[in-house]
Amino acid sequence: MKIVQGKNVLTDVLLVEDSPGDVRLTQEAFRDANGSVNLHVATDGADAMAFLRRQGTHFDAPRPDLILLDLNLPKMDGREVLAHIKEDFILKTIPTVILTTSDAESDIIKSYQLQANCYLNKPVELDEFENLVRSINDFWLTKATLPQQRTNLAN
Amino acid sequence: MSTEVLLVEDSPGDVRLTQEAFRDASSSIHVSVACDGVEAMSFLRREGAYANAPRPDFILLDLNLPKMDGREVLALIKADASLRTIPTVVLTTSAAEADITKSYQLQVNCYLSKPAQWDEFAGLVRNIVDFWLTKVKLPQQGVCE
Repeated sequence: MKIVQGKNVLTDVLLVEDSPGDVRLTQEAFRDANGSVNLHVATDGADAMAFLRRQGTHFDAPRPDLILLDLNLPKMDGREVLAHIKEDFILKTIPTVILTTSDAESDIIKSYQLQANCYLNKPVELDEFENLVRSINDFWLTKATLPQQRTNLAN
Repeated sequence: MSTEVLLVEDSPGDVRLTQEAFRDASSSIHVSVACDGVEAMSFLRREGAYANAPRPDFILLDLNLPKMDGREVLALIKADASLRTIPTVVLTTSAAEADITKSYQLQVNCYLSKPAQWDEFAGLVRNIVDFWLTKVKLPQQGVCE
């Protein structure tokens, strides 16, 4: 979270998603649900890791407060991204929520084994998708206590 | 089919409030209670009197517990290949940054602060039911054993 004039005003969320339609829906749903979310988008797994490690053009990327991760991604898939995040001492504390169309039991189990914080199925219907994004916002960004950035070695 | 919740909590008052809030939120949730960390691990490992304990779908864990504290319980759950897939949410009065960071390092699924007011507490349990036990896809029991 950014501290501006003594207040926590911006929550940084990293959305890792390759479908432009789903990116747009998620952006709109967050905008409707919470005006203080700064949503960043990585469209493949390699880009997500570059963002998290502040490599290349992402050298000044913020550390996200929450990661929304699709599983089926180009270049490096979401399972591998999840494994990298949860093996990294600095990144592992960032809550990482799987948001995918896959409801294969093997993906669900594998994600929890890799320590995904939770697993959500992407609904097909537009209004259900918006509701789910609102639920993610309400639960993770309102009810849950997230680790503070400053105590973290990354900042 | 009922959802099995393991509540690890030593305060009888909080146990009762949580059970009531779960009952009000959904009739298909069965809550088992462990009053300290050792009892929680026996339940999860089906030791002694817990030989027939169900595998929980979801664990709500207090941090400050007698015998074995919640941080240690969390570490044991997440170090166990069979138990680590059970979503484990810390629900505690501690707002210490050290506890929050430590819990996420130990791979807690989520950290929640216990509200002091009863209506807020009931509201939070309702949020847990709506999100974790309704929206979230939990791992199926059979596959993880």
